[in-house]
Amino acid sequence: MATTTIEKPKKYRSKKTSERINKIATYAFMILLSIIILYPIAITVLSAFKAGNTTAFTLYFGGEFSLASFQRLFADTDYLRWYGNTLLIALLTMSFQVVIVTLAGYAYSRYRFKGRKNSLTFFLLIQMVPTMAALTAFFVLALLLGALDQPWFLTVIYIGGGIPMNTWLMKGYFDTIPRDLDESARMDGAGHLRIFWQIVAPLAKPMIAVQALWAFMGPFGDFMLAKFLLRSPENMTLAVGLQTFISNPRDQEVTLFAAGAILIALPICILFFLLQKNFVSGLTSGGTKG
Amino acid sequence: MTEKQQLGTKHARQAGLLSIVPGIGQIYNKQLSKGIIFLAILAVFIYFTVTFGIQAITGLITLGTEAGRDHSMFMMVEGALALIIYVIFLIGYIINIYDAVSVGRMRDRGIKTAKTFKEIISNVWENGFPYLLTMPAYILMAFVIIFPVLVTIFMAFTNYDLYHTPPANLIDWVGFKNFFSLFTQASWRETFFSILSWTFIWTICATVFSIVLGITVAIVSNQSFIKGKRFFRIIFLLPWAVPAFITILTFSNMFNDSIGAINTQVIPFFNTIFPFLELTSIPWKTDPTWTKVAVIMIQTWLGFPYIFVMVTGVLQSIPGDLYEAANMDGATGWQQFMKITLPMILFATAPVLITQFTFNFNNFSLIYLFNAGGPGNIGGGAGSTDILISWIYKLTTSGTPQYAVAAAVTLLISSFTILVAYLGFKRSNAFGNEDMM
Repeated sequence: MATTTIEKPKKYRSKKTSERINKIATYAFMILLSIIILYPIAITVLSAFKAGNTTAFTLYFGGEFSLASFQRLFADTDYLRWYGNTLLIALLTMSFQVVIVTLAGYAYSRYRFKGRKNSLTFFLLIQMVPTMAALTAFFVLALLLGALDQPWFLTVIYIGGGIPMNTWLMKGYFDTIPRDLDESARMDGAGHLRIFWQIVAPLAKPMIAVQALWAFMGPFGDFMLAKFLLRSPENMTLAVGLQTFISNPRDQEVTLFAAGAILIALPICILFFLLQKNFVSGLTSGGTKG
Repeated sequence: MTEKQQLGTKHARQAGLLSIVPGIGQIYNKQLSKGIIFLAILAVFIYFTVTFGIQAITGLITLGTEAGRDHSMFMMVEGALALIIYVIFLIGYIINIYDAVSVGRMRDRGIKTAKTFKEIISNVWENGFPYLLTMPAYILMAFVIIFPVLVTIFMAFTNYDLYHTPPANLIDWVGFKNFFSLFTQASWRETFFSILSWTFIWTICATVFSIVLGITVAIVSNQSFIKGKRFFRIIFLLPWAVPAFITILTFSNMFNDSIGAINTQVIPFFNTIFPFLELTSIPWKTDPTWTKVAVIMIQTWLGFPYIFVMVTGVLQSIPGDLYEAANMDGATGWQQFMKITLPMILFATAPVLITQFTFNFNNFSLIYLFNAGGPGNIGGGAGSTDILISWIYKLTTSGTPQYAVAAAVTLLISSFTILVAYLGFKRSNAFGNEDMM
């Protein structure tokens, strides 16, 4: 202690200037980064409210404020239909996946049964199989089943594809809930279902909410599978549909795209920021502890 | 043990032997209703084998003998389905023997066993509960993950392409030919290896840059003097919160050579502030090198918030007295960073880094949406920024599809990512402390 108090005055001045430099550099860095992040986002938002159509995104604050793009979006395109399709797929995916994953995660966390450890390793390995590995097969399968361009086929794949990873995360979360609670309930004669339903599941609500959000957001963000398996405009999801607005380099409907993008990004961002605390802790507890 | 010797019966062995025919062992154990159910399942098995199984398995072996009549792809898919169902039956068969032996053992020890239907049901509910809970997950995974992966594996060993398209033509097994031709046939090899090397450069650069930026931002913005932390945090999280396909498509437009915002707005802006730079328009989408630079920059933009959030969490959980102690020992700021902060960050985020790596290895959306893998053509239908996964997409969906080669490439990259992830998780101990609680 004594040495530090004696040394301090010597370094004092240089420390102060270096601190100031650090402060300036820090703020400069953070502001610069903010600009780089906000630039494309601001461009998109501004473009959505522009009158007429432009072919390129540029940052331009002038011009007339207009909702014409939104009107055109609803009146002249399949946008609302895509929104409906995506919502339906997302809700179905969410409900089925949350139930399946919660039950499986609970079983792996609370019961010791034959084959448990092997199947857990199997879950961890199979979650690493990229969706890609099944893509050609999905395509051929869809051709054979006549399921190409069928939203239900896509939904089943979304539900099944998320199971291994999410079961693993769910189990990780259940592991953090003390076992004393359910053990004492068991002593009192509560059955399997009651312990799960009345004691453990309510405590796992934050993670269940996160799982639901992920499962719900998946179909909104997925481009690859939907592009692969859906063909006709009326069956498309938002990601595939929006892409058609600007996929043709000669005829880019930029303002239309921007308007459509905002209506997707806004609700997703709100959900994201409301739940971000939850899912960050969910990710770390499930991901690192196993 | 003593009880068993007292009774001197050999029910366990007897029941086990008898259950070679499912159900008989259970009936021997005086569990009539269970035995009947098992016998009924046996009947289903026989019916399935006669009506579907034999034909499906032989179909899988021959893949059809007469073009026009036999649809090779149907046969392969049916064969894969039959295989999975047979594996399920096999598991059931093992359970049957196991059940007969364990009930027999209970009888040997004089323990009361369930006999009536009701008792058996409640027994299954009590002891089989975890299996009931995991059943839906397994059934769905069997059909949505295992089944298609199996079909992909099969396809990789056939000659399925444009010229062998059922039902007009038959598909044949060709062994490892597709894998060999990827490495030996000059045209395939050149394409494959040039895509492979770019895939690795891409994966490593995109992953490392987002990690470095994420860690930097976390450390910089975690300094105590900063005001408006929450405000900055929201901004820094935006690239993660906005669905990626939206930002990728926006960037794709912004990087357009002639009309994009980067060339028409950002570069002129820099030229106004720093006239001596004299930057010219950059061919972002027509020059392979610049396209590569662009996609790596965009992925860094997209990927860093995730790392930033993780690392911020870690930083806030490092106990302050560690730094106090280091201060007392006279450690400099840099030493503290290298010896305390960085190891802590790397330790806690290792599994996340692995998933980032495999994610970028398979990052189809960015490559495809930014410039459709272009510019140019490097053979095999691939453009100069195609990574393996987007090449597979093109192989499958092009006018001259190469399903078999696509499947072979898929198998190669899947086994690679699984291996990397497995080794990574193993080293970072995701398996290690499992089962200790």
